Amino acid sequence: MSDLKKAYEEWYKKYQERCPDCDEDFVTISGEPIKSLYTPLDMEGLDYLEKLGFPGEYPFTRGIHYNMYRGKVWTFRQFSGFATAKETNERYKLLLAKGQTGLSVAFDMPTIMGYDSDHPRAEGEVGRCGVAIDSLADMEELFDGIPLDKVSTSMTINGPAAVLWAMYIACAEKQGVPSEKLSGTIQNDILKEYIAQKSWIFPPEPSMRIITDIFAFGAKYVPRWNTVSISGYHIREAGATAVQELAFTLADGFAYVEAGIKAGLDVDEFAPRLSFFFNSHMDFFEEIAKFRAARRIWARRMKEKYGAKNPRSWLLRFHTQTAGCSLTAQQPENNIVRTAFEALAAVLGGTQSLHTNSMDEVLALPTEKAVTIALRTQQIIAHETGVINTIDPLGGSYFVEALTDKMEEEAEKYFQKIEELGGVIEAINKGFFQQEIADASYRYQQAVERKKRIIVGVNEYVEEEEKIDIPILKIDPEVEERQKRKVKSLRATRDNEKVEIALRELKEAARGTENLMPYILNAVRVYATEGEIIQSLKEVFGEYKEKPVF
Amino acid sequence: MTRKIRVLVAKPGLDGHDRGAKVVARALRDAGMEVIYTGLHQTPEQIVQAAIQEDVDVVGISILSGAHMTVFPKVKKLLEERGAGDIIVMGGGIIPDDDKKELIKKGYAAELFTPGTPLEEIIEWVQKNVKPKEY
Repeated sequence: MSDLKKAYEEWYKKYQERCPDCDEDFVTISGEPIKSLYTPLDMEGLDYLEKLGFPGEYPFTRGIHYNMYRGKVWTFRQFSGFATAKETNERYKLLLAKGQTGLSVAFDMPTIMGYDSDHPRAEGEVGRCGVAIDSLADMEELFDGIPLDKVSTSMTINGPAAVLWAMYIACAEKQGVPSEKLSGTIQNDILKEYIAQKSWIFPPEPSMRIITDIFAFGAKYVPRWNTVSISGYHIREAGATAVQELAFTLADGFAYVEAGIKAGLDVDEFAPRLSFFFNSHMDFFEEIAKFRAARRIWARRMKEKYGAKNPRSWLLRFHTQTAGCSLTAQQPENNIVRTAFEALAAVLGGTQSLHTNSMDEVLALPTEKAVTIALRTQQIIAHETGVINTIDPLGGSYFVEALTDKMEEEAEKYFQKIEELGGVIEAINKGFFQQEIADASYRYQQAVERKKRIIVGVNEYVEEEEKIDIPILKIDPEVEERQKRKVKSLRATRDNEKVEIALRELKEAARGTENLMPYILNAVRVYATEGEIIQSLKEVFGEYKEKPVF
Repeated sequence: MTRKIRVLVAKPGLDGHDRGAKVVARALRDAGMEVIYTGLHQTPEQIVQAAIQEDVDVVGISILSGAHMTVFPKVKKLLEERGAGDIIVMGGGIIPDDDKKELIKKGYAAELFTPGTPLEEIIEWVQKNVKPKEY
């Protein structure tokens, strides 16, 4: 090794002579300095089995499955939803016909915030950023003709996750599919809502109770369901660095594990159903290192700190979405290229499921053409590039291993800081995450302003007088009126006495300590609306208020 | 003697994507303006109320949820109804070009900045178009 060190130093001298300025300004998007060259010196003392291991084996740095994509490629899961259940149902059928392999429901803001479409706060927002779902009737229409024992469905829903999940379970019942056969994911990650995404409903304590109720119910009745998708995606979109995304997401994950254990559950009972959701941004190697580090950190903690015995509890399974915030409104076709690189990083990082953004998403919800290209991007990576031929092809790269170690090291520093602050919820209450993210996003923006970071078409290679002529999906304002009429007529035609009883019983249960899922399911089955169920719970739990920082 | 420009940065509706709002708020503050941020989930009524109470010169509305065609006209109308029609309304977010043109043409917004706009451009626009009230 000393020969190598000497040779490296000699090389470095020559390198510097030729370009004295070459050691400046080479950093990742997160601001991590990058060396000009990595060598075996950066892997000195590497214990392969301890740090990397084999795919499918602890600590899973190289992947969670023995055969990875040779056995099965990742799930192509495009996130979609707009207007009403009917329109979205048609889009799902189209995507399935084009080779998408899993569904992913985007709900509109009123649904995400627990308001019915005819609530005054829903005005102007119904069916805009996703599909409007007010009751089981809408859920039935959303999955009409789609056999729920055959597809897996991911639902991006957090504050009211228990309610929408109950609707899905009830919808399957109507199709004759028992809950044991259902597979999919509810995002159900409330901690990142307080940290970044800001779609909260209740304060943290009751939110955590609902989540542990979901863990317990899922373990018993919906064993193939991922009961939470611990999401770094939104943390990143809010402006966090890759390191922050990694650290804050895993810290949230640990908080759920601790909450489950505190609620009296055995860690191996619920941990195998915890899943993750990461962002894949533009800095190719940093992203790959992030995914690899995430797996290793999670496995270590689950085994060593939380005493999980079932190897499935050690696995960090994750869905990835390419970075919406990396897309530009300028020269939107370039977004196809950006998305392809981000998707490739996710695949090289070993993702289980992937959503590729459409080129027009910075302007509106995707058109059919744009979403098809995004889906085709995944198919091209899977079938044409050959990157699936071998597992973790970048494993052993001096650079990637060094960067993976670095990500882990930096994340550990954050874990310590969060612990010092008193844990995740305390850190949220103190505004710690929010401030860290706001600072990082401001730093990033300044780097762009100063052209320390070049964004093609935005601060360099700009086309003056650019005319954007890609088609834009418009939501007809009539959608809102139609949805309002629908929920009003539902309230007029259902058995309102049954609804009242179900809501009263739910409130009673909320005041006590029983698992809330069966009560929510009962309310959903008699067509209580989402807004009514959430309102009943708000009366017991109250609402969260944020102290904004910038 | 004129005072500093006072800006209310507002996030209407149910959407929680506040990255842009916060970055712009901070940039305007760094440029020497007094910035008040409403926080999330504000109704047009709450925004107008805050604008009047804080005696601001300009309201900047950040909106990414697609509800811009509802929110901007409503804020403008409420400001006028309350005798605060002199407060300039500007904004930004995911707003398609056609909608942007319509909102500006009808006077619901004085200017709208879409993704990728340099902060400098927003700052300059405010400095040029917003006159702080006299003491």
